[in-house]
Amino acid sequence: MGALAFKDLTLGYDSLPAVHHLDTEIEAGSLTAIVGPNGAGKSTLLKGITGALSPSEGRVTLAGLTRNDIGYLPQQADIDRSFPMSVIDLVAMGLWREIGAFGWLGRAQRDRVRAAIAAVGLTGFERRPIGSLSGGQMQRALFARLLLQDSQLVLLDEPFTAIDMRTMSDLLGVVRAWHDEGRTVIAVLHDHEIVHAHFPQTLILARELVAHGPTAQVLTSENNARARAMCEACASMPHICGKSAA
Amino acid sequence: MIWDTIFAPFAEFAFMRRALLGCLAIAVGSTPVGVFLMLRRMSLTGDAMAHAILPGAAVGFLISGLSLGAMTIGGLVAGMIVALGSGLVSRMTALREDASLAAFYLISLAVGVLIVSTRGSNVDLMHVLFGTVLALDNAALVLLCSIASLSVLTIALLFRPLVLECADPQFLRSVSGLSAITHFVFLSLVVVNLVAGFHALGTLMAVGIMILPAAAARFWAAAIGSLILVAALIAIIASVSGLLLSYHYSLPSGPAIILAAGIIYLLSVFFGSVGGIVTQALPRRHIET
Repeated sequence: MGALAFKDLTLGYDSLPAVHHLDTEIEAGSLTAIVGPNGAGKSTLLKGITGALSPSEGRVTLAGLTRNDIGYLPQQADIDRSFPMSVIDLVAMGLWREIGAFGWLGRAQRDRVRAAIAAVGLTGFERRPIGSLSGGQMQRALFARLLLQDSQLVLLDEPFTAIDMRTMSDLLGVVRAWHDEGRTVIAVLHDHEIVHAHFPQTLILARELVAHGPTAQVLTSENNARARAMCEACASMPHICGKSAA
Repeated sequence: MIWDTIFAPFAEFAFMRRALLGCLAIAVGSTPVGVFLMLRRMSLTGDAMAHAILPGAAVGFLISGLSLGAMTIGGLVAGMIVALGSGLVSRMTALREDASLAAFYLISLAVGVLIVSTRGSNVDLMHVLFGTVLALDNAALVLLCSIASLSVLTIALLFRPLVLECADPQFLRSVSGLSAITHFVFLSLVVVNLVAGFHALGTLMAVGIMILPAAAARFWAAAIGSLILVAALIAIIASVSGLLLSYHYSLPSGPAIILAAGIIYLLSVFFGSVGGIVTQALPRRHIET
């Protein structure tokens, strides 16, 4: 059964589609990597799934899930690290669905926040401003926030970019644990070695769907070359889409 | 000596006490808004909005003279038109919000100056531009205190979404539909506080009490809660100092208050404990690794 389905999905900014007529399904409980060249629409697709970006055509169907069941890790570049916020405050935002915009954090919830911080190896950093963290420490803090979100569908946008091997190994352990618990995990990744080693399913995107299936069959040099060619062709020769409604 | 310099002006003259109360209300209401404006890198948006309310206030002034209600409503209407209009243009076209806001506020400012110049006098223009903090009446004080209360309450209610909207807007959009509402309510608070501020300090100076204390506080506090408290404290010190300077040296009170805030800002830039120039230059202890 599909956890989410893309039906003729087109997402974009103004008249420029970043994801173009995508039709495929992602299985519930699967661990899927989304790969593709820069500008292939990978991050845009995640924003479409969260609802932050509305489709210009088609739709995203969440089978039995609501927006509240989605945990989303944005790229670090989207976060203002200069904002005066401590690690514990950042991680506590993972309880948004319990406390909402106006609720208080109880003692039990504070304990859960500290447990999540400990689970990603950041004990002792609770009061540190997020601006003082390294890239890897920040990513650990964001994973702790995701742990608290306790989501059935986890979306990760370039989770292992610019972090050291030890941090990556620890965070891959968290991802595997989510998969073992039956959650659906989708990660945008650039490192094909990591995809081959840890992600059973792969979706290759080049604005349009290039291939989707078991990683060993899909993540081939032919498909990667095809994805690059499709992105370059679209960038050099933009044209009006024949499938568009208007 | 201390009594004569600091306390006597407020003890002896009701207009000074009114001015002080009005400035305290503006300080408490405006500074949290100013802190969030600064953290959202929208400090100049506050300045643009301050200019934008000019035509509304000017129309109110010319229709009803020094009518509190007419000038308030005029300022609110003009400010909301510019805030909503520039937001709509930036969302519906390729123009970015800063350019769209600049276009709207410049049009608004030109209309305001044109109205005052053709229908009023230079005295009228000075009144609208620089306010009359020493002439606040009971109705004006009630308005300023009401706006300050509303502003503080709204910031308290929307504190968490406001923080997320600044620090991690993508996350807020993924967990809540409050992002757009938060942005709109925040812009409304900017307009409402500027309208409160212009009664005392004028349209040009109102933004000063919002932004300067927030910018100065950044050099003394590292957490959002303490930033707001320090900014409010700086605004209060600037208000008292400015009023006293104005009283003792016969200076215009609005610019004196903003200049006092400016001096505190410059001192903070040099001597602030969080990233001040002198503090950074001094040798500091660090943790042994």
